[in-house]
Amino acid sequence: MSSDLFIAIFTSTIVAATPLVYAALGELVVERAGVLNLGVEGMMLIGALAAFAVNASTGHTGLAYMAAALAAALLALLFAILTLSLQANQVATGLALTLFGLGLSAFLGRNLAGMPAVTLQPLALPWLRDLPLIGPLLFRFDAAVYGSLLLYWAISHFLRNTRAGLRLRAVGESATVAHSLGQPVLRIRYAATLFGGLTSGLAGAYISTALTPMWVEGMSSGRGWIALALVVFATWRPVRVLLGAYLFGGMTVLQLHSQALGLHVPSEALSMLPYIATIVVLVLICRNPKTILLNQPASLGRNFHPDA
Amino acid sequence: MLKWPLRLEKRSVPSGSLRLTAPLLAVLAMVITGFVVFSLLGQAPLQALKLFFITPLTTVYGLGELLLKATPLVLCALGLALGFRANVWNIGAEGQLTLGALCSGGVALFWAPALGGLALPLALVAGTAGGMAWAAIPAWLRTRFNTSEILVSLMLVYIAQLWLVMMLHGSWRDPDGFNFPQSRAFADGLLLPLLWEGQRANWAVWFTLVLALMSWLFSSQLFAGYRMLVAGEAPAAAAYAGFSERWTIWLALLISGGCAGLAGACEVLGPIGRLQTTISPGYGFAAIIVAFVGRLHPVGIVLAGLLMSLLYLGGENVQLELQLPSAMTGLFQGTLLFYLLAADLFINFRLRLASTPKARP
Repeated sequence: MSSDLFIAIFTSTIVAATPLVYAALGELVVERAGVLNLGVEGMMLIGALAAFAVNASTGHTGLAYMAAALAAALLALLFAILTLSLQANQVATGLALTLFGLGLSAFLGRNLAGMPAVTLQPLALPWLRDLPLIGPLLFRFDAAVYGSLLLYWAISHFLRNTRAGLRLRAVGESATVAHSLGQPVLRIRYAATLFGGLTSGLAGAYISTALTPMWVEGMSSGRGWIALALVVFATWRPVRVLLGAYLFGGMTVLQLHSQALGLHVPSEALSMLPYIATIVVLVLICRNPKTILLNQPASLGRNFHPDA
Repeated sequence: MLKWPLRLEKRSVPSGSLRLTAPLLAVLAMVITGFVVFSLLGQAPLQALKLFFITPLTTVYGLGELLLKATPLVLCALGLALGFRANVWNIGAEGQLTLGALCSGGVALFWAPALGGLALPLALVAGTAGGMAWAAIPAWLRTRFNTSEILVSLMLVYIAQLWLVMMLHGSWRDPDGFNFPQSRAFADGLLLPLLWEGQRANWAVWFTLVLALMSWLFSSQLFAGYRMLVAGEAPAAAAYAGFSERWTIWLALLISGGCAGLAGACEVLGPIGRLQTTISPGYGFAAIIVAFVGRLHPVGIVLAGLLMSLLYLGGENVQLELQLPSAMTGLFQGTLLFYLLAADLFINFRLRLASTPKARP
């Protein structure tokens, strides 16, 4: 393999993985607080739409990302009100959120399809970007890619080394015990759920401003669900989310480079790969029931109400 | 800090009457939302609502369309509801539907001359079996490897759709179709007979009604249905009684997969009449809403399926008459489910003013 091809595959893998990193890291925090939000796909789509609309009308990508985070967090707030305050079933509400996000984004984005937009540009890192090999390999990404690594660092630090992270994990392991120790369970879960919405929005924004800078109905094509699977695959640990995301990123770009690599397989078969891989890794991780039992936040998906 | 003036209080007994009225409340809230949305879009809201909810039902053709679109929704939802009641979350009905279409289409395309008069029934059976086989994958992985059936069944949706597209770009493509990714049209004798002339609803309506009846018999009269109900309501009790969880999962997924597969077969052997890259406008996902709005009960599901079908027709109608986006349908579907989940809250809780003393009667 020539070094050019290697660089192309490596960088496109990182880019394809970035929305997964954002969404899965956010969902990881949500799930560590004991909340299972299956609406990632819906929030992502709303984020993608908001980012695209702002980007196309103002040309300002920073503003676009803010709009995406805000819009998706609003959707997460809806989920939080329904499941945390109003005690609705988390699985059903999460599904509803996805279906709602799909419908709402298609409705609001009806006039945006086919509009041109500005692509997120690589950061201008003088000197570094001109280094041989390392420059094109590591220093020619856009800000959102570096942001995702920063987010990874922040989340692992938060969960492992901070008092607030410990409280969040306690709430996820046992809401009842945390409550009896005086922790504001619902408030912590609200914060976690909103944070998950925010990052899902950023994930969507990356799709519609960098990965494929346009708006198409349902353009996240299952990435929200893959992010959910990644959290299980990572046994709720940030570092494995990161690795898993890059693994999946690699699988999605195989199709782009299949010709250069000399693969003669129908493109649809290659497009199936990430979905098949999701199933395979889920099987590998879940095969041993102890892995899940030991790592899954113990009160994941269970509603808690201080008065009930 | 400001105190929330209302508080939720758990009812000692869940409200039975609200269980039935919650869907109606949700529909009402949806219509009100529609009123607001239409006004915001600069339409006369009442007239738009009439075009959306009433006009499609005023012609015989429209009634046929209502049945036509309700059929796959009800078929999928009947199977899904069985699983949801037993806490088995098959959300990949769309994929099972696609595979059903693929399998029945394969029979219709390649074996029809050899099978003669048996071709149509066998194509239907092949579709059902295809849906079952597709649902057997999450069932096997869940029972053998403890894998979430939610994620697996959903991933299989994308795989099934890509598989169909792959076949239509490959060997199944119509040789005289100008390279268009669709198959040959099926022979006339291979299509399901119409209910009556001048519209498009076909015999699939009868299959659906029979299955609705069977589903009611299964869940209310048979011990097997009771076991699934217990497995969903009280898993610990089910385990204690020796009801096999494995058996529940397999049965729930096979039945729902079979129903969705049959729905897919009826689509291609009915209104579509060939294989093409899009078989359904998301019936498999909308069926999740149908199942919930129908209270997971066969009668409710039939009614909810008709309502959901009307949402599709209304969406098409306002697009035609008012040049509004047909995506209104998805918006209405999503809000309906949300309102239902919110309304459901009041089955188990009631609102109390915070100042009311907490003494119970």
